[in-house]
Amino acid sequence: MNLPRRRFDALIIGAGGGGLRAALQLARGEAHVAVVSKVFPTRSHTVAAHGGINAALAHVVPDNWHWHMYDTVKGSDYLGDQDAIEYLCRAAPRVVYELEHMGVPFSRLPDGRIYQRPFGAQSQDFGGAQAFRTCAAADRTGHAILQTLYQQNIRARTHFFDEHFALDLIRDTDGHVLGALVLDMASGEPLLIESKTTLLATGGAAQIYKTSSNASINTGDGLGMALRAGIPLQDMEFFQFHPTGIVGKGILITEGARGEGGFLVNGRGERFMDRYAPNSKDLAGRDVVSRAVMTEIREGRGCGEHENHVELRLDHLGTEVVNSLLPVIRDICQTFLGIDVSREAIPVAPTAHYMMGGIPTDRQGRVVAPERHGAEEAVPGLYAAGECACVSVHGANRLGGNSLLDILVFGRAAANHIAEYLGEHRYHRPLHQGSVDFALERLARWDRTGSGETVPGLREELKSTMDWHCGVFRDETVLKAGLDKLLDIERRLDDARLRDHSRRFNTARIEALELENLVETALATVVSALGRTESRGAHYREDFPQRDDAQWLRHSLYHRDGRQLEYKPVRMKPLSVDSIPPSIREY
Amino acid sequence: MRFSIYRYNPETDAEPRMQRFELESVSRGMMLLDALLRFKEQDESLVFRHACGEGHCGADGVNVNGVNVLACTTRLSILREPVQVTPLPGLPVIRDLVVDMEAFFSQYRAVRPYLIADDPEPEVERRQSPEQRAGLDGSFECILCACCTTQCPSWQNNPERYLGPAALLQAWRFLNDSRDTATEERLNDLAGPYALFRCRTVMNCVNVCPKDLNPTEAIGRIRRLMLKSSL
Ligand SMILES: Cc1cc2nc3c(=O)[nH]c(=O)nc-3n(C[C@H](O)[C@H](O)[C@H](O)COP(=O)(O)OP(=O)(O)OC[C@H]3O[C@@H](n4cnc5c(N)ncnc54)[C@H](O)[C@@H]3O)c2cc1C
Ligand code: SF4
Repeated sequence: MNLPRRRFDALIIGAGGGGLRAALQLARGEAHVAVVSKVFPTRSHTVAAHGGINAALAHVVPDNWHWHMYDTVKGSDYLGDQDAIEYLCRAAPRVVYELEHMGVPFSRLPDGRIYQRPFGAQSQDFGGAQAFRTCAAADRTGHAILQTLYQQNIRARTHFFDEHFALDLIRDTDGHVLGALVLDMASGEPLLIESKTTLLATGGAAQIYKTSSNASINTGDGLGMALRAGIPLQDMEFFQFHPTGIVGKGILITEGARGEGGFLVNGRGERFMDRYAPNSKDLAGRDVVSRAVMTEIREGRGCGEHENHVELRLDHLGTEVVNSLLPVIRDICQTFLGIDVSREAIPVAPTAHYMMGGIPTDRQGRVVAPERHGAEEAVPGLYAAGECACVSVHGANRLGGNSLLDILVFGRAAANHIAEYLGEHRYHRPLHQGSVDFALERLARWDRTGSGETVPGLREELKSTMDWHCGVFRDETVLKAGLDKLLDIERRLDDARLRDHSRRFNTARIEALELENLVETALATVVSALGRTESRGAHYREDFPQRDDAQWLRHSLYHRDGRQLEYKPVRMKPLSVDSIPPSIREY
Repeated sequence: MRFSIYRYNPETDAEPRMQRFELESVSRGMMLLDALLRFKEQDESLVFRHACGEGHCGADGVNVNGVNVLACTTRLSILREPVQVTPLPGLPVIRDLVVDMEAFFSQYRAVRPYLIADDPEPEVERRQSPEQRAGLDGSFECILCACCTTQCPSWQNNPERYLGPAALLQAWRFLNDSRDTATEERLNDLAGPYALFRCRTVMNCVNVCPKDLNPTEAIGRIRRLMLKSSL
């Protein structure tokens, strides 16, 4: 087959905040960069981040990066790598100021500095009073950041391949990653992009769940690509359920709503968070608040006819606060619920939101996998950043406002390392047809005709399975049953057929390719969850309700081959300060 | 509920046609996107764009009964039957409801939609008062859905020369940013009888914008600024 080819120094797969920040860093240098995205860049899901980005700027109350680091380590339930967390928190102010210089329209304080709001699990002085650490552009922070980054990339003349779907990485027999095979959606034809370096920045995967705050495009494609290239996934059992999704729909109500003074009540009108987190109350860690909400519901104190939710109240904040600081929340509730939040309560329940795990990387964004010389060995030519990567700064539970920070800090760090790598590797390695065939076969498989199961049918089954079998509360019986169902879905996937075999903008075909990635991601999640027989952060095992540091203070690595798990130590040593030892996590 | 949806795949169809679809049960709060997704389950060859489903990303602009909307935030209960769904007008159709937006984005790029600040960069943020920052409200929220531009008669008549409301709103967003230093260049870019001045204040853009933005007003402000700077 005569495959069209393009050649670049750096290929970036994903045009969300992570991918665009990396692209900008490289395009401003000397590298020839290509960005591939399955949607037009500003449609990427970073657009939906409302609340803001954390940085210890100390604009409202005293703050410093070390306190931010402490909160992040504690929030991670001590599973985060402390060197990476120190790097994250120290880089934060600089990254935020850079955004401001690029043009992000941050909200402002009266003196003209960047506005900061309080978010969950933020403290001053290592666990003291509430901090105000989240920099915001009203409640459109993600939109503002994403557009600004795209705009500056226009200025830097980055080369975009919009609406191109990445199918698989190309890896040679020496293990080097040489680029990717992508599908031009408009023409439906494959295109080979050769590149000296490849960065995966494909974002999250909460579409494995039915009730989710994520866009339909968040299907874990980068995770599937990594697994098929023989790279393991780290800490996949840790999936964050955000406590305030609109019940039944999963649409997110930002934590910023509680940051600005909103609170939760149960069916009896009680502010139940007082009982679960006496100090931080409604602003405790997300895992804590989600479990509290689910406990209220399970014990019969839910709201509404079905007692299946609790209520988030903002009606005491006044229209002024709502209009200036939470306009998106106001509009979402008006559009999707027909309610006026300045008078009525919002019905909420936990919604699948964020994947703490992902493709294992080091602080420079290099993908690391145990192949020959231990778990920290870099895969030559391959990088990952953003939600699809696991550095790990979020450990077992991410703090609100730390993901936008993560994607930018490590998108930038990865780009800096790529630039270095390009200096040392001046030529493309030879690429043999054999290494592309695998990816082409995956595409050709969907040309099989005949009757068989449908893609939407299997996808809906997968999502319900994940909701039922791998949610806020887990135990061995429920997880095992879930795994059996997933394995069955995986088997039946082979019999699935498309009805539409046309080429041009065939979204049914795209959905089929996405389903393959959803299945890979869901399996990784459930297998990892079964493996970890303790409760930590977002992973709560009712059969093992305690955290077990002696045995489990370690990262899991899931291999696709044989669905094996192995483990590697948490990096407890920060870069310059003392290690923060595990202790009881209370809010 | 009855629908009639535009279908055209240039790969296989000689010409476009309208296809009927029926929705058996319409639950309260159901959106047009929900209906389209149902139809795709019945006939997987039906093609449209969508992503966030909440009105933030701007992917799913379509024309419904003559008016441009976002499918994900349009309630079925307000629509007249049979609901006619066609692609955004004035742009080449790739397939079904998917249009080629390159012309729209190239007009966006033409207004240099990025902050240009030539003064030295401070080590912290540039200061901006809350009042100056408020000047960006009503423009930075644009999600580039193209609902406004493709509904504008002036743009439809001069799609090559008139930049259209969305691009001009973004021109204003940077002209009105207290941090931007390229006012003169920006105004020069917009000079001439077409780029800016083809706006006839028909206000279609204002009526259809899903984010309640007001490009017409922004265009008026650019004109006033231009007048002031030419005095
Ligand atoms: C509703 C919501 C609110 C949030 N609010 C906040 C907040 O206030 N603060 C915070 O810190 N975090 C927040 N988060 C989390 C944060 O927004 C995300 O984790 C982050 O934006 C992810 O960025 P990313 O660059 O990794 O991925 P994304 O922005 O999701 O981008 C992924 C990119 O990859 C591309 N892609 C994917 N697969 C393929 C493929 N196969 N081929 C080609 N391209 C592909 C997509 O087109 C897209 O361009 C929120 C998340 C949600 C869902
Ligand atoms: S101004 Fe409104 S209608 Fe026009 S592109 Fe922006 S959001 Fe869409």
